[in-house]
Formats: sequence, C-alpha cells, structure tokens
Amino acid sequence: MASSSEEVRKHLKTYYIVFGSLAVLTIVTVTVGFMHLPIAVAVAVAMLIACLKGSLVASFFMHLVSERGIIFWILALCVFFFLMLLLVPSLTFFEPDYSDFVDGVSGSGR
Amino acid sequence: MSEAHAHDLPFWRKYVFSVDHKVIGIQYTITAMLFLFLGFSLVSIMRYQLAYPGRDIPVIGKLLGGSIVGQTETGYVLTGDGYNALGAMHGTIMIFLGVVPLAVGGFGNFVLPLQLGAPDMAFPKLNMASYWSFFAGGVVMLASFFVKGGAANSGWTSYPPLADIATTGQTMWLFGMVLLITSSLLGSINFIVTTVQVRAKGLSFFRFPFFVWAQLVTSFLLLLAFPPLEAAGVLQLMDRLADTSFFLPSGLVVSGEVQTQISGGGSPLLWQHLFWFLAHPEVYVLILPALGIVGEVIANNTRKPLWGYKSLVFATIFLGFMSFIVWAHHMFMTGMGQTLSTFFQATTMIISVPSVIILTCMIISLWGAAIRYTVPMLFALAFLPMFAIGGLTGLPLGLTTSDIQLHDTYYVIGHFHYVVAPGTLFALFAGVYYWFPKATGRKMSDFLGKLHFWPSFIFINGVFLPMFFIGMAGVLRRQFDQTEQLHGAAVQGLTVMASWSAWLLLISQLPFIFNFFWSIFRGQKVGANPWEATTLEWFAPSPPPHGNFATTPVVYCGPYEYSVPGQKSDFCPQNVALEA
Amino acid sequence: MSTVAIPHDIEPHPMTGMYNGKFGLWLFLASEVMLFGALFSTYVLLRVGAPAGTWPAHGSEILDIPKATFNTLVLIGSSVTMVLAWASLKMNDVAKGRLFLLITFLLAGTFLVVKYFEYRDKFHHHEVFVKEPVLVGGKEYMNVSGHLTEDSPALTRAPRRWAFSIPEYVLIVADGKYAAEGHGESGAEAGADHGHPEPIRIEGSNIHRLTDYGPWHSTFLATYFTLTGLHGLHIVGGMVVIFYLLVASPSMWNGRREKLINRVECTGLYWHFVDLVWIFLFPVFYLL
Repeated sequence: MASSSEEVRKHLKTYYIVFGSLAVLTIVTVTVGFMHLPIAVAVAVAMLIACLKGSLVASFFMHLVSERGIIFWILALCVFFFLMLLLVPSLTFFEPDYSDFVDGVSGSGR
Repeated sequence: MSEAHAHDLPFWRKYVFSVDHKVIGIQYTITAMLFLFLGFSLVSIMRYQLAYPGRDIPVIGKLLGGSIVGQTETGYVLTGDGYNALGAMHGTIMIFLGVVPLAVGGFGNFVLPLQLGAPDMAFPKLNMASYWSFFAGGVVMLASFFVKGGAANSGWTSYPPLADIATTGQTMWLFGMVLLITSSLLGSINFIVTTVQVRAKGLSFFRFPFFVWAQLVTSFLLLLAFPPLEAAGVLQLMDRLADTSFFLPSGLVVSGEVQTQISGGGSPLLWQHLFWFLAHPEVYVLILPALGIVGEVIANNTRKPLWGYKSLVFATIFLGFMSFIVWAHHMFMTGMGQTLSTFFQATTMIISVPSVIILTCMIISLWGAAIRYTVPMLFALAFLPMFAIGGLTGLPLGLTTSDIQLHDTYYVIGHFHYVVAPGTLFALFAGVYYWFPKATGRKMSDFLGKLHFWPSFIFINGVFLPMFFIGMAGVLRRQFDQTEQLHGAAVQGLTVMASWSAWLLLISQLPFIFNFFWSIFRGQKVGANPWEATTLEWFAPSPPPHGNFATTPVVYCGPYEYSVPGQKSDFCPQNVALEA
Repeated sequence: MSTVAIPHDIEPHPMTGMYNGKFGLWLFLASEVMLFGALFSTYVLLRVGAPAGTWPAHGSEILDIPKATFNTLVLIGSSVTMVLAWASLKMNDVAKGRLFLLITFLLAGTFLVVKYFEYRDKFHHHEVFVKEPVLVGGKEYMNVSGHLTEDSPALTRAPRRWAFSIPEYVLIVADGKYAAEGHGESGAEAGADHGHPEPIRIEGSNIHRLTDYGPWHSTFLATYFTLTGLHGLHIVGGMVVIFYLLVASPSMWNGRREKLINRVECTGLYWHFVDLVWIFLFPVFYLL
C-alpha cells in the first residue's frame, strides 16, 4: 500500500467518523441488550451490529477497503471455515424425530 | 542488507542459530529422522507385547523405566499403562515430531526457496524461531517420559474425560503441542509469503513445480487448521489445571466416585470436534508434500512432463479446501447424530475424487516413458500402489454403515499406515535420495539404496497388510493382548507375522542410516545437476552457498520441459528459454 | 546479521499490493480468527447443550455491563489512536506518531486495569450448593449466592485443587447481583429477588459444594475467563510491541524510516484485530 502523505491526510476524517459510528453502535448494542429480547432475535441483532462494527474496523482502520482482492479471498475462505466450525457441531442437537420409523411407537404430530 | 558476512560468522551462528533456510532445513531433517527412529523403536517394543503377550522383554526389558514395564513372575513385562504410553507417544512422535517436520520443515525449507529461485525465505529469523520452537516441543515431549506417571497415555488423540484426569505426562504433552503448533504456524506463514512474493521473475503460478503447489496448499492447511487444536489444548489445560469442566460432563464417575467438586456441564464431544478439525487436514499435510516429491521424481525419471498438470493443481487445491469439512468422519460412532453423520459422509465421499485424480495423473505419467530406475524412482514407483491401497481402504471407513464394523479396529490402523508408511515415508525416502546431492554435493550409494528399498518394501507390507484382516476379524485398537478374546486369538498368527515384519523392517533401515552418514563424507562427488532435472534448484551449486544463486534466475518456461521435440537436449531448464 | 536481501521486504509485490511483512501479518490474523473461532465454537456448543439451570439466562446476571461498556469504548479509542499513530508517521510527524503510540499504550493499560477489577470481583462472590433446602426470606432454595460476611470462617482451597474445603459453616448475605433462573428446585437462586440483608448460616454438613465465581464455577464462567483471558494476553502482547516501537522509533526514524512505518502499520493491524475480537466478545458474553 504505497499511500503518500497527502492521501493519508485525506483519510483522517474517515477515521474520526468511523470512531463516532463505532461508539454509537456500542451504545445501541448495550441498549438492545437491556431489552431482553427473545434469544433468537437477540442473537441475530447482536451479531448484526457486531458484524457491522467489525466491518468498519476491518475496512477502514485495517485498510481492507483499499487492498487487493487476494487478501479478501483468503479472509473469506477463513471466515467460511470459521462458520463451519462455529455452527456444524451444534447440529448434534437438531436431530429429526425417528419415532415414525420405529415399529410400535407412534410418531408425534401424526 | 549484505550477503558478505556469512563466512565471518562464528560456528554457532552459522550452523546452530542459523537463519539460512538450507541449514534450518537440514536441522529439521536430522532432528525429524531421529524422532522417526525413536517412534519406530517405541512401537517395536509394543509389537513384542502384541506378539508374545505377558512375556519378558528380552535384553531391553530391564532398561525401560518403571512407568512402562513392571516386574512380574515372567520377568520385565509391559504394563497396560506403559503400553498405552508407548502407543500415544508413538503416534504423537511419528506425526508431529517426525513426518511433518521432515516433509514440511525439512524438505519445504531446503527445497522451496531454491525451486522458487529465491535467495532465502521471506522471514529468515522467523524461520529459525520456528525450528527452535519445534526443538523445544520435542524436548518437552521426551521429558514427559521421565515424570511421575510417565508420558501421556490417552492416545495421540487425547480424548477426555480420560485425558483430563490422566497423570502429569498429559500436561506436558499439551505444552509440547503448543510449542509444536507455534512452530508450524510460523513456518506456514513463511512458506506462503515466500511462494507468493519472493519467487523469481517469470515464475508464474502455472509454471510452479508440483512440489511448490503441494507445499503451498499444505501451508494453508497448517495455518488455518492448527489453531483450533491450540484452543482445544488450552481448554484441556484449563480442565487439568484450573478445574474447569469444558470436557467433563455432569455426573461423571471416576473410580467409582461421583465428581461433585467440578461444575460438570461440559462435553467430551467438544474436544473431538476441535481435535479432528485439525487432525483431518493434518493427514493431508502428511500426504501432500509426499505427492509433491513423487511428482518431481516421476517427471525427472520418466523424462516426460507430468500428465495432467492443471488437473493435478486444481485437484490439490480442491482437496485442501474439502479437507476442512470432512473432520467428523472420525466421529461416526460417538452418537453425534444422523444429521452430522450424513453431512460428513457426503463430504468424505466427495474428497476421495481429487485424491483419485492426483493418483491417476501420476500413474498415466508413466505411460510410454523410458523409466530410469534410480533409487528415488524405486521409492516413488512403490508409493503409487501403496497410496492406492491406503486410499481405497479408507472408503469403507468413510461410509457410516461399514464404519460401524470397522471403527477403532486394526483395519483403521492398516488403512492409515498404508498411506503414511509405505506412502508418505517412502516418498520422503525418495526425496532424501533425490535431493541429497543438492544438499551435500555427493550422491548416496545406489547399491545401499537398493539394499534399503527392497527389504523395506517387502517387510512394510508384511506389517500392515495383515492388519486389514485382523481388523475385519474384530480385533480392536489400543489393546495390549488380543488373545484374551476368541476372535483375537484366532488371528494371533497374523499379529506375530506383523511383529516379525516390523523388526525386520527396522533392521532394513540400517543400510539407509549408514548410507546417509557415510555418503556425506565419502559419497561420489557430483556437480550441480546430477539428475539432469529442469527445476530451478538444480541451477544452484551443490551445495548452494549463502544466497543460493550467483545471479537471480529468470524463468522462461514450465517446470517439466523434458523430451521436447526439436530440442538438442532431452531436458530444458526452467531458467533457459526453449530454442526456437 | 547474515541475512540476504529479500525481495519485497519493503517494496509492495504487484500481486498482493503488500510488502512481505504485511502479507505475513494478515495470514497470521487469519490463523487468529480460527483460534478465537474455535473458542466461540466452544461457547456455542456448551451453551446449546447446557443442562437446564447451569447457564445464565442473560450475561448481566453474572457480569458487569457498565465496566465492560466503558472498556469497549476504551479499546475502540485505542484502535483510533493506533491508526492515527501510523498516519502521523506517514505524514512525517514523528512526535505526534509517538504521542499516539503512547496514548494507545495507556488506553490498553486502562482496559487491563478495569479487567482486573472485573476479575477480582468474581473471587469475592461465592455460591453454596446445599443438600437440604435452605430458607431465605421465607422461600426454599437449593443454592445461595452472595458475599460471605467477615465472621464467616476463613476458607482454604483443597490441596492442588481450586475447590474449597468445606468449612464448619458459612455466613452468607444473599444478594441480587448473581442470580440465575432455573437454578435449584424452586426454580430460582436465593439472591434473585433483590437479596436478603440478613446473613444466613449454613452448616458445613449441609454443604454439597462451595465455590467462588472462578473459571471452575460453571461452563459459562470457564468459557468467559478463557476467552477474555486469552484476549487479555493478546493485549499484553500488543502492549509489549507498542512499547518497543515507542523506544525504538527515534533511532529507526533517522536510519530505517520505511521499516519503522511498516512495523507500526503491522502492529496496528494486529491491534485492530484485538479490538475486533472484543467487539464480538462483548455482546456474546455480556448481552446475550
């Protein structure tokens, strides 16, 4: 990233705006937290706000927005594997109801 | 930065704390080979107990420590805990201290910058740190044999709850792993940055030797798959040292006592998910560099380009990607549920496709070739059917129904050893014989090489082929006396055969050990390119000096310009343009 | 040092647009995503599979939201000062750059100090699990959480373990701070209803388990301490590097300016990542 001194100066305003946004989003996320929403909704909202904050940090503080595509693809790959590790093991708790297939046991909802 | 000072350095900075990738590569190679020998020795002791359960271990029985043998009426006999410790450490040492450091740390470090036309790795000091981290991890692992309770004995897989309550050796195993994982991480960053950024001019991605592609994908696997095991190691350390219950379920009973002083609520399956998330890509880390080496040796000794280069490359990339989403095929029998089992069975079946593509390309590469049966080529040729057997025997394990019968039996041991032992290890031997002249300026003896190859090939099959049958008969892994069961006693003959083959295999390595060290001093002297090869490492002197190349090479053609019609010579080096 | 000249040590490479160190650091960050990812995965699996009553329904039941919100703003602030440090150096102002590095260092220290108080608080709170129900404010409970009074017998930990040896008795003031639904037979933990000011005496013979709120207390706290602890260690590591940059910058500014700026940039990338992890950690533990 061969940014010159003048280009950097133009970005200063961006840094302050991002900081402001991050502070506001922090307050929002705490406020929503106190609303004690149903868990599924709470998780979705909290993660949405966190992803938004994270994107701001990554894009502007870490300059991802001005980097070449290759770094973005490596990170996207990484995020994909991260999501797999995060979500797949819990599928163990989402098993279908097998009683329909077992003799002498009545299926639920039938 | 100047290149002038190398000869001014004191001995310890030139050969011990060196930042030169070639010295580091040789350090990795020697250390790893010592560990391979140790790991093999450990299992040789185990194989005595398996063949002759409960018998006094001749000669060395009394030398082994109290944590491994006990004295009974029959003499010095392996204890159950001792057998488990040898087993756990055999696996750990062979994988993490032997094969990976040799395949990636040794060959990767020595050959990669040379094949890329680079003066060194991108981060030479980091490279040195990575070797010493590996060394420290090895020291910790070895030291664990001498603490109270002996070395880790909960399998190389360290499953809780057993691993959580095991003796001190397990804690040392965990710390050792943290050091080894750190070493891997630093190394993989170095490899990727070097490959992408420090390669020579003209060396585009599709002009890479296949070995470079293999190491590149391997590095991504190490980079992204190891951290979850590091996390899991931290969690297990927390369970052992801070009384947490990450992996300890509620209501756990140990030695008849219900555990009330822990919180419970943990999940043993959690460890398995985190462990196998690494350990599955790890097996591709074990095989990919080997495939890379075999590719180089085949191209060179058939005097033809590798068949299907692009297929090889895309299959390798796809294999690397898929390797991250098959891990729970090691967990089909845990009761994790059909949703997960179905998903992982599907991805496992898919991942067999790129492996077959790679093997097929290599086999077709032999078609119509005037094969030079050099010692590296003998090992590379043997690799092909051995890897095929290993790969094909994996299929029934990847299908949930057949896995019910085969899981945790000797069939599994046969399967994975075929891939790693007559598979990867043979490829690594091929690599040693192949690149030894580059590293030392001398060739290893062909006669001793063949004396090493033929008995090894025969006896290695003698060790592992019976295991498929022992396993199908129902004999389980990690048992130290199969004769206690009727079905085990029925196939004890095969077990004895495997043990004798193992000891003869051990002896068959002696010509190699002698050859290796003797040839450093007395081997036939050779020039830069004794094999008449095309890739860039053969255009540095043998051995290459600090900085590798007198002038930075520029690449003009692909990696395997052998037997190009109309050319004067049967090979065209990568840094020379083809004659018009 | 006998290192040879490595291409693209400082000059960006056309394919990635980065110099070697920056590319290497991004790869390192990718591995760190997987490290913390595994720990978040741990949180998910343990929470979804937690036996009833063992996981707090909301983080606020056990954790201190005001302190953590303050810490979040502190860390975000330190992220800004870090990027401003780099920007100042790029604009040739080494004094300002060093000032911003110093502020970043101090903000990071502030974060750790607040964290210390958060952690310390956990070790002054206790939970008693009893065999026979205990009466608190007219209702029966199977577990009581709160502070031990001064006259409660001193506690000792069992040898080489973190669990307490059961004392003769405890005097505990149940308070509303640490409460979880679904605990114990009556469905609520004593202390949930805004506390009970009178100390309750519980005999040792009735105590099934006595613990403070360390990582051994529950899988929730185990996960909390491990994740925030690892994050804290990353902050310490970052502070060490920032301190080095502060000390080395005057001499490097005059001799190897590009290299210094690059090192500050790479440290900044690491630092922003540490901030990023906290941005996810905070809502996950405190607000869900």
